[in-house]
Amino acid sequence: MKAEEQTQTRSIPGWQRVLNALALPVLALFSALVLSAIFILGSDPVVLTAFSQFFSAPGNAVVVAGKAIADAYGALFIGALGDPAKVSKELGEFFATGDTNDLAFAFYPLSESFVTATPYIFAGLAVALGFKCGLFNIGAEGQIYVGAATAAFVGYSLEGLPWFVHLPLTFLAGALAGAVWAGIPGFLKAKTGAHEVINTMMMNYVAFNLAHYLLNGPMKRGGAAGAIPISRNILESAYLPTLFPEPIRFHAGFILALLVAALVWWFLFKTTLGFEIRTVGANPRAAQYAGISVPRNMVIAMAVSGALAAMAGASEVMGVNHNLAEGFSPGYGFDSIALAMLGGGHPLGVVLAALLFGTLRNGATKMQSLAEIPIDIVAIVQAFVIMFVAAPAIIRWVYRLKTEGGITTVLVRGWGG
Amino acid sequence: MPPVLVLDGITKRFPGVLANDHIHLTLEQGEIHALLGENGAGKTTLMNILYGLYHPDEGKVVVRGNAVKIDTPHEAIRLGIGMVHQHFMLVPVFTVTENVMLGEETLKNGIFLDRAAVAARIREISEQYGLQVDPDAYIKDLSVGAQQRVEILKILYRKADILILDEPTAVLTPQEVDDLFKVIRGLVARGVSVIFISHKLKEVMTIANRITVLRDGRVVGTTRPAETSPTALARMMVGREVILTVDKKPAQPGAVVLDVKDLQVLDDRKQLKVNGVSFEVRAGEILGIAGVQGNGQTELVEGLTGLRAIAGGQTHILGNDTTRATAREILQTGVAHVPEDRQRDGLVLSFPVADNLVLNTYYLAPFATGVQMHDRAVFASAEELVQQFDIRTPGIHTLASSLSGGNQQKVIVAREFARPIKLLIASQPTRGLDVGSIEYIHQRLVEKRDQGCAVLLVSPELDEILSLSDRIAVMYRGKIMDTLPADQATPEKLGLLMAGVHPEG
Repeated sequence: MKAEEQTQTRSIPGWQRVLNALALPVLALFSALVLSAIFILGSDPVVLTAFSQFFSAPGNAVVVAGKAIADAYGALFIGALGDPAKVSKELGEFFATGDTNDLAFAFYPLSESFVTATPYIFAGLAVALGFKCGLFNIGAEGQIYVGAATAAFVGYSLEGLPWFVHLPLTFLAGALAGAVWAGIPGFLKAKTGAHEVINTMMMNYVAFNLAHYLLNGPMKRGGAAGAIPISRNILESAYLPTLFPEPIRFHAGFILALLVAALVWWFLFKTTLGFEIRTVGANPRAAQYAGISVPRNMVIAMAVSGALAAMAGASEVMGVNHNLAEGFSPGYGFDSIALAMLGGGHPLGVVLAALLFGTLRNGATKMQSLAEIPIDIVAIVQAFVIMFVAAPAIIRWVYRLKTEGGITTVLVRGWGG
Repeated sequence: MPPVLVLDGITKRFPGVLANDHIHLTLEQGEIHALLGENGAGKTTLMNILYGLYHPDEGKVVVRGNAVKIDTPHEAIRLGIGMVHQHFMLVPVFTVTENVMLGEETLKNGIFLDRAAVAARIREISEQYGLQVDPDAYIKDLSVGAQQRVEILKILYRKADILILDEPTAVLTPQEVDDLFKVIRGLVARGVSVIFISHKLKEVMTIANRITVLRDGRVVGTTRPAETSPTALARMMVGREVILTVDKKPAQPGAVVLDVKDLQVLDDRKQLKVNGVSFEVRAGEILGIAGVQGNGQTELVEGLTGLRAIAGGQTHILGNDTTRATAREILQTGVAHVPEDRQRDGLVLSFPVADNLVLNTYYLAPFATGVQMHDRAVFASAEELVQQFDIRTPGIHTLASSLSGGNQQKVIVAREFARPIKLLIASQPTRGLDVGSIEYIHQRLVEKRDQGCAVLLVSPELDEILSLSDRIAVMYRGKIMDTLPADQATPEKLGLLMAGVHPEG
């Protein structure tokens, strides 16, 4: 009997399995947007006034509420992806006359979404790779700072190098620093069993304060007398090249991020090291049984994870800011935890989730200025997405999704691990 | 007199599985009714329905002539139905009395536990039913058999008279099984009715008044021990002819493959669990290690396979000192290991079958060169092994978690046996498997022996040890009590050794 049933589950075509895999994150996002709408309503004085007169004019309240939500999400959309009318007008002009004057402006919002998505891809890959080894690296934010500080230092201090030496050197120096930084909690976990959640979190504080110290001391622009805590600018030979004219900031870091994502996929799924890391993550006892060293793989996974997170910092320094400043990361490392969960811990999923997060964060700025909705709404959307992804049973129940035959994917084993 | 319990047309569906298909079962007053079936036949689902843990999709439960709806275990107890689970539900640091009153505390003066009253009642019940239990003993100090009596006592204390015993003999020594059977007969004589769940044919033939066999969620038939035989029951359970005895030629032992001298191994709590064990296993023979679970067998196997540090003594495999060797080094000397818990140690359930088949060879040619793995080689080998070892799976990309227990074990056997091996360490290789799979695994073990492999078989199942081993060593509290040639070993002798008693003479 069992064989027949299994054949049936197996006969589900590939595209349908892809759809199944996408259903949960998409529905989670949708639900998060719906729930966040309540907060949009709550933060809009016009809506609140309309609802205070709900019983005299219920129709009006509903209309006002609908408009508030449409305005907010409309602004979010335009801010993130561009104004469709403007894009089509400029595209039309370009094809008719070859006029490129305002074309860049039409595509500016979209390009900014890619710019914001870039650090998210790196940091999301970092957290996802940790997940695969059963490790919860919540220190990505600190690793970003360490990577950025190292890249900034190498970027401005090594003079006279040709770009094809200086650029990779700067990027890899940042990555290496992140590897060492995250390798420490990895080593502590492997040798003493100290929980990586605690130690990566503590390493965050060390990293933040180290950056604070550096920017107010050794790395401060203009020395101790400098006006603001910001480092010198890196040399142009360490710039990640921008690919479009001003004001578009889109830089090669995005393409690099996609390449790294492909590399991580290959590493995880096509190499013996990846096999070991995934085995340790999925069942450490079976790994041990198979002669795979659990401690060694934990250290490796944490180091690689740290390197990936640090790449986010290096890429921001080399492609966007060209210096190190306090608070340059609006929490990419923390968001990336959610993002990696939303992406199901898979490199492709991470890229998609990073694009989404980049879009949301970028659009939020526009939403704030156009619809006067606080930027925090996006944080709320993200928080809801995380909660729904972390508690898939809710989504399955609300949308009556069938549970798939096998076991549910557990990304992290949590505190007991 | 009407039956005390009738299950009428019980049907329970789980997504994709019909766990119970119109099951009909009657339990008469004072009867021992055995429910026999392989794992996955639907026994546990049926009992969970009866105990209020699941709700049937169709059918009804009739207790003493009244149709009832059982929503919770509490409700079941109220109706007089009690269940002893395979894994005991006792608090080790509480006394018998405290455990018995747990959830149904008797109070004095409104706030204080009335332990004395409960203890008195326990003494009364244990006298009445012949259950020897000291109400003041701590559970952790009791033998497994005594703990089981406490579980039964808990049910009687709650005035239940329909007793469900789920695989009650799994954790007992043969002598303890005899004691349990005496207790059950005593209960029945006093009007208690018992449902006895098991997959062991011999036991069922000994204890049951009637036997109902389940297969694939359906009742295959109900019979009486006098009207049937173990072979006939096995056929009902599996649905085909089953060979219950293992056919094997006398062993032809060769050179020593595994040599263990004065081995000491600690457990996770740094307690000495293997305390000076010495033995050797020769090529072409099966050495069986018998013993009740928890007497150091797990630590012994982990020590031998490099999964646990050895605290003292030496191990040699094929003349190489492996005392300090890592698990991988030991694997590479030609050792295959079928671990005691296949899901915990032997498989990565969230990996496909193909990956599990290369779990310890993924880094070797042809599966990898350098760090690059070759999917094509992995898949080709997997397809071949699935064929060769008759692993029933929809495909090599199916997750190991969706295979049945027997097929999961076949994945491990295929992986371990496909390599050129000199020593096979098999720990409880048939635990939780159905009769058909047991037959298969046993044949493969003997086959390996006949090919000149040294086999160390560790199992708490006496029948398994007796039917496969050429020599039998009995472990008790970390030591080997004695080693007997198979033809001198009887269940009685082994049973005494398992309990730590040297049979005189």
